[in-house]
Amino acid sequence: MKSARFRRGAVTVAIVLAAYLLQTAVFPAFEIAGVKPNLMLIVTASFGFMRGPRAGMFVGLASGLLMDTQFGEMIGFYALIYLVTGYVNGLFEQIYFDEDIKLPLFLIAGSDLVYGLVVYFLTFLLRSDFHFLYYLNRIIVPETIYTIVVTLVVYPLLLYINHRLEAEEKRSASKFV
Amino acid sequence: MKKKNQNSHTNRYILLGLSVFCALMMVLSSFSDIAAGPFRALANVTVIPLQQGINHVGGWLGDLTDNFSTLQQLQDENRKLKEQVDALTTENNYLQEESYEYERLQELYQLDQNYAEYEKTAAHVIGKDAGNWFSTFTIDKGSMDGIAVDMNVLAGSGLVGIVTETGPTWAKVRTIIDDSTNISGMVLSTSDTCIVSGDLSLMSSGQISFDQMENNDNPVAVGDQIVTSYISDKYLQGILIGSISEVNVDSNNLTRSGYIIPAVDFRNIQEVLVITTTKAELTGEDETGEEQQ
Repeated sequence: MKSARFRRGAVTVAIVLAAYLLQTAVFPAFEIAGVKPNLMLIVTASFGFMRGPRAGMFVGLASGLLMDTQFGEMIGFYALIYLVTGYVNGLFEQIYFDEDIKLPLFLIAGSDLVYGLVVYFLTFLLRSDFHFLYYLNRIIVPETIYTIVVTLVVYPLLLYINHRLEAEEKRSASKFV
Repeated sequence: MKKKNQNSHTNRYILLGLSVFCALMMVLSSFSDIAAGPFRALANVTVIPLQQGINHVGGWLGDLTDNFSTLQQLQDENRKLKEQVDALTTENNYLQEESYEYERLQELYQLDQNYAEYEKTAAHVIGKDAGNWFSTFTIDKGSMDGIAVDMNVLAGSGLVGIVTETGPTWAKVRTIIDDSTNISGMVLSTSDTCIVSGDLSLMSSGQISFDQMENNDNPVAVGDQIVTSYISDKYLQGILIGSISEVNVDSNNLTRSGYIIPAVDFRNIQEVLVITTTKAELTGEDETGEEQQ
């Protein structure tokens, strides 16, 4: 049981690190119209509704802190946003089923949309930059669409990893009983 | 059912605790540098080495897309570049002649300041901002290589940005097209100063804006070059920012404003040059130095 938990932890850390590296070092090469997809958000939201609020929170906090240390103006800003994203997505764990891809897509799209709005309100609006519609058309909506497209590729992968881990956990649990 | 309830309660407490933690870190890090220290150290051993490696993959992919341009295009470009080389050689000769004359005159006047010769060190870009809102990147050299905060960063001949944070093996650079950047610039030909500021809404059109240029008799036209000014306290004087693409007189009739096309192509920056002297060192206005005396 313990080794299965340890393995899950290690895999989670590896996924977060891989997502972050892809986001910062590879995705800039795939920019379309100056916008890149938000892979960290996909991972955070997925862990939320697949594994519950707690997993979502920790994954979100870790991703946010990574972004803060390297690119943020202050530590804790993105961490807080991702933390809440992970938690809120975790609340949907009860109505989530593996086979249905509509809910994950909807949740991730919603998360990205809200994420964009929050970043606009907290960074740009507070500097009295009122071109809201411009930013909505130019960044928030394109980013959401691009993120959905990437979700279609990334989500099955995350789902597969989760299935494998769950099967492993079940096996080791039954061995002990 | 009870267990489930309890579980969701614990989750709420965890959420609350971590949120308070984040909020505290925000407050702490906006006042002092201590908060960021441990995280930076952690990033230094985890993601930075990996980024340095994976960046090569990104660069390779970028090269791959470049390879799609056809032979015809390359031949055309080659011919144009050859023509340009000829033109530039002629111009260079002419300028060298002038430069000798300039040196002679400088000796005559005993002027010893030469802004063109800053010491530089090259670095690779290893990561770009994870979001779409700001324009910062990290480079693979840090305080161990002598990089310090406020050093100017160039690519080719133009200004890219300024170092805002350093770790042992990496440094964060904020570009001049970032929405929160303001630089004091001046028109090369007339020495009129202006404020150059990055703007997210102009980023897609590859421009930055300038304003507060005095509306005097000095003619300023499209194509004039804007360099960093002599009054800036962070940017060294005379670094090329870009050329003017549009200039208008403001409605108050006192100032002029407009747009600049930066000299650097910010979409594909892979290598940058960091000037290892800061303006503070150069002008001797280093505050810590004064305190020590």
